[in-house]
Amino acid sequence: MAMNEPIKQHTVVALVYDRPGVLNRVVSMVRRRAFNISSLAVGHSETPGLSRMTFVVEGDDTMLAQVTGQLRKLIDVVHVSDLHKENTVFRELCLLRVQATAETRSEIMQIANIFRANIVDVSHDALVVEITGDEDKVDSLELLMQKFGVLEIMRSGRLAMVRGSSWQPVTSTNGTAPSWVSNTGAGAHTKVAEQQTSAVLPPG
Amino acid sequence: MKLNGGQMICQALLNEGVDTVFGIPGGAIMPLYQTLPQYPGLRHILVRHEQGAAMAADGYGRVTGRVGVCFATSGPGATNMVTGLAGAMMDSVPVVAITGQVTREAIGKDAFQETDVTGVTLPVLKHNYLVMTAAELPRVLKEAFYLARSGRPGPVLVDVPKDVFVEEAEFDYPETVELPGYPPPTYGDVEAVQRAAELIAEAKRPIIMAGHGIILSEAYKELQDFAEKGQFPVSTTLLGISSFKADHVLNIGLPGMHGSAFASHAINESDLLIGLGMRFDDRVTSKVSLFAPKAKVIHIDIDPAELGKNVRPTVGIVGNVKHVLEQLTPLVERADRREWLAFIDELRIRHPLWREDSDDEIRPQDVIQQISDLTDGKAIIATGVGQHQMWAAQLYNFAEYNSFITSGGLGSMGYEVPSAMGAQVACPDRTVWTIAGDGGFQMTMMELATMVENHIPVKIALINNFSLGMVRQWQDIFYNHDYVATLYTGNPDFVKLAEAFGMKGIRATTKGEVGPAVAEAMETAGPVLVDFQVEMSENVYPFIPPGTGVAAMVEDPRLVERRA
Repeated sequence: MAMNEPIKQHTVVALVYDRPGVLNRVVSMVRRRAFNISSLAVGHSETPGLSRMTFVVEGDDTMLAQVTGQLRKLIDVVHVSDLHKENTVFRELCLLRVQATAETRSEIMQIANIFRANIVDVSHDALVVEITGDEDKVDSLELLMQKFGVLEIMRSGRLAMVRGSSWQPVTSTNGTAPSWVSNTGAGAHTKVAEQQTSAVLPPG
Repeated sequence: MKLNGGQMICQALLNEGVDTVFGIPGGAIMPLYQTLPQYPGLRHILVRHEQGAAMAADGYGRVTGRVGVCFATSGPGATNMVTGLAGAMMDSVPVVAITGQVTREAIGKDAFQETDVTGVTLPVLKHNYLVMTAAELPRVLKEAFYLARSGRPGPVLVDVPKDVFVEEAEFDYPETVELPGYPPPTYGDVEAVQRAAELIAEAKRPIIMAGHGIILSEAYKELQDFAEKGQFPVSTTLLGISSFKADHVLNIGLPGMHGSAFASHAINESDLLIGLGMRFDDRVTSKVSLFAPKAKVIHIDIDPAELGKNVRPTVGIVGNVKHVLEQLTPLVERADRREWLAFIDELRIRHPLWREDSDDEIRPQDVIQQISDLTDGKAIIATGVGQHQMWAAQLYNFAEYNSFITSGGLGSMGYEVPSAMGAQVACPDRTVWTIAGDGGFQMTMMELATMVENHIPVKIALINNFSLGMVRQWQDIFYNHDYVATLYTGNPDFVKLAEAFGMKGIRATTKGEVGPAVAEAMETAGPVLVDFQVEMSENVYPFIPPGTGVAAMVEDPRLVERRA
């Protein structure tokens, strides 16, 4: 029995049906199983009727296997993948409302420029800065803006996508399994279950 | 063909092979109930409490392997079912519950008898649906039944607003389901099965731990062939009881907290555990880090999330255990395990399932033993939860497969009466005994009326120790005999109670009366309650305290004294 496995941050992407209550099902399962999720982002996928959720999960391998395993058991969850840092693009969108005066406005804009951030709203006493990047980049800008006075922060949570060479289209049965599980039970030797139609899933 | 929502549900039930529904009507589900007379193929059994409907459907589902069905109205009707449904989830039982909901217009307005039942049941069911148009009903019902019985079975709830029952739509019942994220596993990965066979070939002291999966997949013959070929001792978990013949020479009985001591010692010495359709529940393992310290583990289960959840297997195989055993058995060499089996036999002699004989008073174990003897082990046995449940698990000599109906995972007291009722309705030709505790019995005893009304001839053995025996036992062991809130000083006269419900009541207060009382109950047509007033201080042994291991096992002090 494995003990004291290292705590790691994992990015889990789930393709789910876009139906009332799906978010509730997912979040309820996460809470019930006492998983530690630090970020969750949801949005439409390329296929009408399906959404994608990106989770950032902290825990050891045993916990990660449970998160993905329990997610897969939800009927409205179509596919789950555990993305590895090396072959994945991570992005987060952040909006910052920063206090600005006539004296500080240009300095704020200069810093935003360096970060390739955009000024999306201007008023007499504040600016709204929009930045896109991985969490470190967003954190750095946030830190630099502190000295001017950050009035409000809105972060989207992490979005993730596998890079080109690692990308595989989604099928109903693939996905990563922990090392101690041989397969997800529907490999080459599987007979198609009675009544189960072979579902064709969209690419991506 | 156009049907209204209520007619669609009845027709779908018939299409799914349902013949019996347990339930109680109420305002929101009335349109469905008023449709029932059009469908004489559906027998409705009017229970007295919705918990009884869910538990009866669970009992029906367990003994048949078919989907048990229950109905309840919105709000309190539906919330009353939650305990029964949660139990079906924990024990992987196929159940479909249909609940009425307030009208679509009233949803979200805190209407009379409105409860967000899909929200309430979401974490305790396999799946649920709120059906907002009649047109969705055929697909939803097809999916609900398919989900309930396929893969790892479980309960599914379909919540239907009152006005959807009367809305008309085209009824074209689908032949197939489209659930792309839900592929129930069948055969195991070939390489993993090969690796399992290699582990088995290397093992000197293997043990099978057989669970509910054997029963759910009806893999009785496959288990027996596998065990006999490899000469593996077979331990059956609480829900695995009656998946393997009790008198088989390889059967070593129940493992875990109140399992046989020799089974626990054997598991402790084992070098390979083969878990078949089971989930290494904490009642089996106690403290995981102390569990089977010398053993590698092969874990075969249909639910991928079970592999590694509690115990990390050396080889995990996802699949239907029946099919995986079909793959694995041919790869296993015929083995000679005389040394290992002789070692376990020595353990069995040194650590027997033992009880002290009494002079005159009834030991609860005597009752189980007599029922076992007088039914030749062929009855269906339902139980509640607690001491009587453990004694039934330890002592009833099951001669028939899938005959033990017990609330294992959730441990719901009150399960004994309604589940037995459901099992008896499903199997009218079998003898059904329920072993009841006086605590649990009083939680659902109103269903005696249902039994009498519907001529359901369950025999009830009330193990009446005038206490919440298992809690009282823990007070003995962990709380210095401080009996807080565990003693019943105002139990009713259960014989009179039975008679008031219109069934026969028998009382037994001495050891000599046990056999005749059991015999009389069996000779009586119709339901019978026997009030066995038993010795109150008897405790269940052996006992592995939670959070410990086999080394901390407590055996009956009287046995330990005799051994010394």
